[in-house]
Amino acid sequence: MNDIWEALLKAVSLVLTLDTDLLEIVGLSLQLSLTAVGISLLIGLPLAALLALTKFPGRKILIVATNVFMGLPPVVVGLIVYVILSRSGPLGVLGLLFTPTAMVIAQVILVIPIVTAISRQVLEDYHQEYDELLTSLGVSKMRRISALLWDARFALTTAGLAGFGRAASEVGAVMIVGGNIDHLTRVMTTAIALESRKGDLVMALALGIVLITLALGINLAAYLITETAKRRYAA
Amino acid sequence: MKQIHILKVTLVAWALIMTSTLSLAAADKDTIILASTTSTQNSGLFDHILPKFEEASGTKVNVVAVGTGAALKLARNGDADVLMVHHKKSEEQFVTDGYGVERFDLMHNDFVIIGPESDEANLSQMKSVTDALKAIVLSNKIFVSRGDDSGTHKREIELWQLANIAEDQKNTKWYREAGAGMGATLNVAIGMNAYTLTDRATWVSFKNKQSHKILFEGDPNLFNQYGIILVNPEKFPHIKAQAGQKFIDWMLSKQGQKAIASYKLEGQQLFTPDAISGDLSN
Repeated sequence: MNDIWEALLKAVSLVLTLDTDLLEIVGLSLQLSLTAVGISLLIGLPLAALLALTKFPGRKILIVATNVFMGLPPVVVGLIVYVILSRSGPLGVLGLLFTPTAMVIAQVILVIPIVTAISRQVLEDYHQEYDELLTSLGVSKMRRISALLWDARFALTTAGLAGFGRAASEVGAVMIVGGNIDHLTRVMTTAIALESRKGDLVMALALGIVLITLALGINLAAYLITETAKRRYAA
Repeated sequence: MKQIHILKVTLVAWALIMTSTLSLAAADKDTIILASTTSTQNSGLFDHILPKFEEASGTKVNVVAVGTGAALKLARNGDADVLMVHHKKSEEQFVTDGYGVERFDLMHNDFVIIGPESDEANLSQMKSVTDALKAIVLSNKIFVSRGDDSGTHKREIELWQLANIAEDQKNTKWYREAGAGMGATLNVAIGMNAYTLTDRATWVSFKNKQSHKILFEGDPNLFNQYGIILVNPEKFPHIKAQAGQKFIDWMLSKQGQKAIASYKLEGQQLFTPDAISGDLSN
């Protein structure tokens, strides 16, 4: 218990003194995770709409696949991305290994299934509700998709937040493809892993507390934004 | 309309974050990747010496710290420019196979066996490391192995062979493979109240010692030599041979060797430079 109190104090002092190393690591964590979630939404939302609103061969297999891939082990994704980006791998010439870009690639692979699976469920529910209305109005498929995406936008933030949680919290993949290089690819989770390996459990816990607080802050912000927006739209 | 405006601003900001992140890819000419071991990173040695080199040369060194086995594998795939590890036999094999240009002795320290203060296997009374290992087996106390093909793990296996303890005698009743880096393995050993083999640097800098301490040290078989190798640019044309060589030259120079010698923790020098014979003081 002592360690936890000490860690709490350490976390507070790290934040209050605006420790430059901490700011850098937190900044990179946020930047990478937000980028990964952004790219995943760009790919995942249209895919989810396609799966929810249209029928095509292989659709069910794709739905099952996205559900299964929500549980992809990060360390396996890390290994696969490593093998592909390694200088001896197919995309080695790009020289992306041990860069933030490699970390985003791994995170996108982890986040897309989550964003897609959750969004598909949300869109399917909305579709059932509005199907008759939209059909009676004779709305085209494309208009239907954009109307549903817009109408479901508040519910869809859950998909984005779940994706962000995955990206910000995983360590296995970014450790392998990023290499945990100081001032370049070190993020919150890899820094926590490093500190615990050094036996500095207080520091590791303190960083953990900062990470959890950060996630709390982001979720709170998303909640407040959607609530305010909902109220304005209702008015 | 205001909401739409906010939405647009958010999306633009998001797009900016994404483009800036994706352009972070640092394929700088004056940046090298050094594949090294967890012991050198966890002990804080790099934090001490790399700023000195970077200031002197303008070359940035990015350290990827993994076990010796994994570091060798990275370098064999061409994913590192310079290799700094501690298992001479594997390093020489690496050069013989054409992956490395030349291997140089860089520095050394030693391995120690740590365990619980109560020391029920009586390690502190033992005359040699082979006696110490036999004593652990006889006492039925737990020994935690790295089990990760690192330099320390390779050495540990060699020591068991020296002690004539066969592979099939190592059962999970007393022999546990953590499959982890040095620091993580120390955490496991301490959690299990067990013995383990560690390099001295990692142990001295380790902060979660609890009641564990060094129980056996000083046997010549516990000598731990580090080497440094430039990955062969003939094998991999993208290797930054010039910058890599500059780093190796500096590490082997009087300046670099002095920097290594000057790294102290709790009054102890953690690594002894040995690239230059004789006095470093002038």
